[in-house]
Parts: sequence; structure tokens; C-alpha cells
Amino acid sequence: MSSHYEAPIREPLVLGEKSYHDITMDIVKPIEGKANKNWYIAFGIALVAFLWGVGCILYTIGTGIGVWGLNKNIGWAWDITNFVWWVGIGHAGTLISAVLLLFRQKWRMAINRSAEAMTIFAVFQAGLFPLIHMGRPWNGYWVLPIPNQFGSLWVNFNSPLLWDVFAISTYLSVSLVFWWTGLLPDFAMIRDRAVKPFQKKIYALLSFGWSGRAKDWQRFEEVSLVLAGLATPLVLSVHTIVSMDFATSINPGWHSTIFPPYFVAGAIFSGFAMVQTLLGIMRKVSNLENYITRLHVEYMNIVIIVTGGIVAVAYASEFFIAWYTGSPYENYTYMSVGAATGPYGWAFWSLILFNIAIPQLLWITKVRRSFIWSFIISIAINIGMWFERFDIIAIVLSKGHLPSTWTRFEPTFVDVGVFVGTIGFFFVLFLLYARTFPVIAQAEVKTIMKSSGEHYKQLRDGKNEH
Amino acid sequence: MYQFSSKLKITAIALMVIGLIGIIISFASAPSTEAEAAEILAHQTDAHGAHGGDAHATKEISHDEHHEHADKDAHHADTTHDAHADHHAEEGHDAGHLAHVLHQLQNRPWAAFYVALFFFTFVTVVVFAFLNIQRVAQAGWSIVLFRVMEGISGFLPYVSVIFLGFLIITALHGNHLFVWMAEGTVDPSSPNFDPIIANKSGWLNVPRWLICSIIYLVGWNVFVYLNRKHSVLQDNASDLKNYYKNYKFGVAFLAFFIFTESMSVWDWIMGLDPHWFSTLFGWYVFATAVVSALTVIAMVTVYLKSKGYLEIVNNSHLHDLAKFMFGFSIFWTYLWFAQFMLIWYADMPEETTYFVQRFDEYKLLFLGMIPLNFILPVLMLVNSDFKRIPQIVLGTGTIILIGHYIDVFVMIMPATVGDQWGFGWGEVGSVLFFLGLFIYAVFTTISKAPLIAKGNPFLHESEHFHY
Repeated sequence: MSSHYEAPIREPLVLGEKSYHDITMDIVKPIEGKANKNWYIAFGIALVAFLWGVGCILYTIGTGIGVWGLNKNIGWAWDITNFVWWVGIGHAGTLISAVLLLFRQKWRMAINRSAEAMTIFAVFQAGLFPLIHMGRPWNGYWVLPIPNQFGSLWVNFNSPLLWDVFAISTYLSVSLVFWWTGLLPDFAMIRDRAVKPFQKKIYALLSFGWSGRAKDWQRFEEVSLVLAGLATPLVLSVHTIVSMDFATSINPGWHSTIFPPYFVAGAIFSGFAMVQTLLGIMRKVSNLENYITRLHVEYMNIVIIVTGGIVAVAYASEFFIAWYTGSPYENYTYMSVGAATGPYGWAFWSLILFNIAIPQLLWITKVRRSFIWSFIISIAINIGMWFERFDIIAIVLSKGHLPSTWTRFEPTFVDVGVFVGTIGFFFVLFLLYARTFPVIAQAEVKTIMKSSGEHYKQLRDGKNEH
Repeated sequence: MYQFSSKLKITAIALMVIGLIGIIISFASAPSTEAEAAEILAHQTDAHGAHGGDAHATKEISHDEHHEHADKDAHHADTTHDAHADHHAEEGHDAGHLAHVLHQLQNRPWAAFYVALFFFTFVTVVVFAFLNIQRVAQAGWSIVLFRVMEGISGFLPYVSVIFLGFLIITALHGNHLFVWMAEGTVDPSSPNFDPIIANKSGWLNVPRWLICSIIYLVGWNVFVYLNRKHSVLQDNASDLKNYYKNYKFGVAFLAFFIFTESMSVWDWIMGLDPHWFSTLFGWYVFATAVVSALTVIAMVTVYLKSKGYLEIVNNSHLHDLAKFMFGFSIFWTYLWFAQFMLIWYADMPEETTYFVQRFDEYKLLFLGMIPLNFILPVLMLVNSDFKRIPQIVLGTGTIILIGHYIDVFVMIMPATVGDQWGFGWGEVGSVLFFLGLFIYAVFTTISKAPLIAKGNPFLHESEHFHY
């Protein structure tokens, strides 16, 4: 790839006097060590939330969708809001591993593994909602075009909800393969270090007999590049298809051509915010401060502010065009004066506050480079992006074409419980991941240590002075 | 230092002169009365009768159908250009039709000029945006191309002056390109009254339109000037002060541009069809411009390198540019399809008119864009080895530029000349004129500073760049 020379003005990506061995040791420590009390507390909370969610899901399926707060005019609310929110979060993982790979961003190497894990766990959560929001989830397999005994009754390929099935399942499969390919050298490393036979066996299975020969590495790089090239259009198309659930309709506020790229930008925005939140904690609890540095945080914040800017332009476009259409129906869309002053005004203004106003703080260098501020702002964005999806769905549906259909949506405890459950499930998976998987791609970080490591940079600068 | 060769300079001037002659002929041959318009129409029918069976004949048929259905077809009732037809239909079908055709024929030289003007302006400003993206992203590969991009940005002041003149003439009713500017569209007592336009007059009014247009153009030019100034100053500076200034200007420009880009597209292109709207439109036009901008950068680079001026640029740099051309060709298609498909799918009358008209009257161009802008670039540039071959990049680049010129053509022409389009003196002349001016301005700018921005802290990375 690029040469070994690196401009002195670039800041180091690996801090401290690290050797290759140090990197290995830092990364395997959480895997080879024992979990502490805090981990068990966090895991316990997540597990309880998860089980509560399972209870709510079983209750919904057993009793009927009527236990949710939906009504005959607002047929989608928390279910699809959470679905889109989770899919959106999942996108940053692919962005970081694929798009940043295509753009040769070395700083991605410290965060890609966790971002991809986040993608996969978030897509799991997202994938629940299309199933459980069905009235008859046991017939869910009818969405698949399988030859059958109903005279080969097939699906209609015209529905974006069907495209969703293909998009999400392809996305999950490709992300999994991409993630796992990258994990092979790292699993092999743990396998080679393992002393307990059981552990050795497990990691030997997981690493698929990776032996790290030159030919393997060459093909590994090529596969990564091809997968990155495929995952990039995939990530764009997946959220595009999710956006088309709304944009292909004729509801004012949903039918908008900007939705495909705007949803994608929002997905990157919210996904990076979630990565920021998770890594903000992880760098501390897993002692990875030398790898996930202030610079990484700053770069992520820059991506957040860029995509936040794109989202802001999209809001402005939506607001402007809603007026420009001259259609009175566009007065109540989620980006309109009607929304700002109507019964969902609080949701509208929450969106503006959390998504537009608060992220602007990131323009200030001090804030952008501060761990605690980044953490707070990233949580604000996660909230804001949830409101974006809620606003798009619920506000638009609450005031449709006919005034006699105007209504409100009130979530029930089951709506909330299912959402809380997915958050719990997500953290159950993520916490397990953090203790069993190499959370940083050591093979990749080792490739940049000599060009971007602090120690080597100092050596180089010293040499230049003489 | 680059020396602007006299041969190239003469070529540029010759292109400008030929282009200008073409433009003048197109204006001179536009009809000024309905009688003349009738003559042109009669002539067209004769000519087509003789040729028969070609694309023109199809055009004529669709034109006739369109004519018959003008006052019945619900689909068409909304288009501005039929608003004219409807209005005139009251006075008598033939007379109304003639007046309508007269307007279209009178618009043609203006629209032809405008297509080229807009295309060149937007491509240039997006080249500058790309330069700033590279700066702000602290790219390590593209520093050796900065002077090329700065050179191309040097075209912006030239084309902006013409653009400004054009806007002022338009605002003073020198042409009929923007229907909403016509007399009486917002006056309820006028026969020309259009309630939909009147509703939008808060945005569609000449003073606001002109002031905003001036803000976009002047704003962009100020940034081009500042960037160039500090870039040249940095060449011989001992510290990085100018570099950091340009970094900050880059951020400011991109923030300014992301808003003005959408707004200018609403003003300059979407406003041509004032009854139609699409939220994506601003970004879609950006996609067209960005592919073309990258292509132009690649082409100028290949030319300079072939003349031995950019020895430091290697085929890895070309490879990267070609990757961008490849990627953004797909991105353009993505946005084109997203906009088209969503409107086609929902099929709401006030939106579909836009595509119905384009599909009926511009079928060849409308569908021809897809192979030119998507299929061919993807097939040509998917291979890594191909991306390093200058001839392939040039060849594909030419296809891409033609395809995106057509894209702009299909944005502007249906709204202004309807089915009276063609490729004649005006269309070809305008492109040649701007091409000549482009070559002249760009290479003059390039010759004024060293070809390598040697003060840039990432230059060394860029020189050693291999992929």
C-alpha cells in the first residue's frame, strides 16, 4: 500500500513505547484474564433488561399486537422507529471497516473490530422488529420466495418491505463474513497463546487453521478490499431500502426523494455516535487508552459533525420543499411549522436540540478532543436520532390527508419494554464480545505501528534533526 | 513552471471564436415573429418527411400527440409549458400553439448557452470543493495535484462574470427561460396568472433570486481567491501559517458550499420547472458535477503529464482519480435512480409530469444517459490495471463528460424549449466557446505558479505515494 514515509505533522495513532508483543499483550488481557465485579454488574443489568424484553415479546405474540400503543391510523410507531434506529446504528460499523478502508484511513484500525461487532449486534436487534411487529409472525417465512403447495404462491417483489428482507439479511451475512475474515489472524494469535486445552480448542475452531503465510496474507488483503468494495454500496443500499419503506409511499412527509441519501447520512451520524459511546467506555475498562486515543475520538467527532451537517441540510431541504410544494398537506410533516407547533412539538424540538444544536459544540476543538464531552454529545445524538425516526414515523402518521383520521400515539409499557429489551440484548452480546473477542484488530494495528506509532515517530523526528 | 504553449493558446482562442460564431448564428436564426416560427415548423416537417423514420420522426409524432392532448391530458395539465398551451388554447388552437412554439424557439439559443454555462460553472466550483475536501481531510496522496485543481478553480472568476451577466439579462426579461418571471404570473387579474407560482412568490421573486445568486457566486469566488493566495504564499514560507489558514478557509467553504449548492440548484435549475419539486434535486445535481469535476482533474493531469510537466505524478495518482470517477459514477446513478424510482413508484401527478415529459420528448437522451454515465464507466474502470492507463482514463472521461452534459441538457431543455430541442449551432457553439475559455483560463492560471505546492506539509507523502 502506501509508503513508509509519514508527514511529521500527523499525530501518532499508537501511543507509548509499544513493541509488537506489547500490542498482543494489551489486546489479549481481557480475554485471558477474569471478569471483574463491574463487568458482572453490567452484564446482570443487561441480562435482566433482555429477559424483560423477551417477556414483552412473548406477551405481544401470545396476546396480539393490540397490547402495543398502535391504533388504526398510526400502524407503525415504536416498532419501526426502533428498527430503523438499530439498523442506522449498525451502519457505522461497515462505514468504519469498509469505507474508511477504501479511503485508507489508518485510524480506523483501532476501532473497526468493535464497530463491526456493534454492527452485527445492532442488526440482530433491528432484525427482531420486522418479525415481532407482524400480526402473525408464525407466517413470517411467507416473505421468502420459496416454491410451495399453494400453486407456488410467491411474494410480490414490488414492496420495499420485501426489499428490506433481502437488504437486512444480505447485510447481516456480508457483515458477518467481513468481520470473521478479519478475525482469523487475531483468533489464531489467541489460539497460539492459549494454555488451557478447552480455550485452545475453541480458538482453534474459530481461527479456521490460519497460519499466516505470505500467500494467505496476500489473499487476505485482496478479499478485504473486495469485501470493502462490496460492503460500501451495500451499506448505502441497505439504509436506502429502509428509507424507501417511507419514501415510496404517498404520505406527505414520507414521500420525499431525499430520503435515501439522507437516511444513510443519518445512519452514519447515529452509528458513529454509538461507536463513540461504546469506545468511550471500552478504552477505559479494557485499558486501551494507548490505542483508542484522543485523536481517534476527534476524528470520529469530525465524521459526526460532517454527517450531522449533511443531515442538517436535509432537514432544511425538507422544510423548504414542504413549503415550496404549496401543498397544504405538507404543513404537518415532521419538518414543518405544523410539527413545531402541534401536539408533537416536544418531539420536533427534541430532534432539533439533540441532532442539530448540541452537535454544533463539536466545532470547538476543546470539546471535540475531550473524552467526557464527546461521550455526552454522542449520547445526545443517539437520543436525537431516535427522535428523528420517531418524528418521521409518528408525526407524519398522526396527521394524514383526512382530518377525521387525525390521532395521537401513546406507547404502552410493552412498546417500551421491547425497546429496553433490545438495548439489554445488545449489551449482553457486546459485553460477552468484549471478554471473548480481540476487541482491536491486532494484525492491523501492527502494520501501522512503525509508521504511526508515537515511539517510532519520535525516533524518526530525532533522526531528521541531525 | 508551466509554459502555456502558443499552440494550445491558439487552439483555445480558435475554439472561443468558432463557439462565438455558433452562438451568434443560433441567436440570429431564432424567430422573432409567429410567422417565422410557422415557417420553421413547416420546414421541420418537410425535412423530417424527407429523412423519415429516424429519431426526429419519433420526436415529431410525440409532439403531435402532445399537441392534441394539450388541454385534455390530466398528466400534462400541471406542466408550465402546457400552462401556456392551455392559456393560448382559449384564443384558438393554432394561434396558441404557434405562440407557444415561438417562445420555445426563441428560448433555444439561450437555453443552449445556459446548459453549457451551468455545466462549466458547476463543474469548476465542484473541482474547488474537491480541492478543499482534500485539504480538510489532510489527504496525503493528492498534494501533487493541488496546483492542477487550483488551476481549474481559476476558471471560476471568468465563468462567474458570464453567469452573472446572464442572470441579470434573465432577470431583466431578456429571455423567457424562467416561466415564473413572466409578466402577470402573480397577478390574479392577468390572463397569465398562475396560482401555484403566486403561492411560491416568497421564494420565486426576481430580487431574492438575483441577490441569492450573487451571494453564491461572489462567495465561491472569494474562497477561490483566498485559497490561491495562501497556497502560493505557503510555497516560500518558513512556517505553516498559510497552510493552517487555508485549512480553516477550506472548512468554512465546505460549510458554505453545502448550503449554497442546494440553494443554487433550486434557483438555477429546479426553478425552470416551477410547478415541480424534488427534495433530492440539489444533491443529485452535485453528483453530476462531482463526477465531471473528477474527470476534468484527471484529464488536465494526464495532459500536463504527457507534456512532461508533472513528472512527480505517477500512475498511482491516476489510479486514485480513476477510482473516484468510478465510485462517483455509481453514486450519480444511485441518486438518479433514487429520484426517478421514488417518483415513478408513487406516481403522483404533480411530480411525474417531470419524467413523463422527459421520457416522451427526450427518450434517446434520457435513456442514453444510463449507459454513458453508469454502464460504460463501471465496465471500463472496475479493473485496477485499466485505471492506471492514461488513454483509458481519457476515453472513459470523455464518455463521462458527454453523459453528464446530456444530464444537464435534459434538466434544462424540456423546461425551456420543450420538444423543439436539437443539437445545432447554439448547442455545439456554446460548448466550444466555454471549452476554449476553460482551456485559456485554466492554463493561464496554471502557468502563473509552480506546478508543485511545495510548502504543503504533506507534499513528501504525496511524492512517494504508491498504491
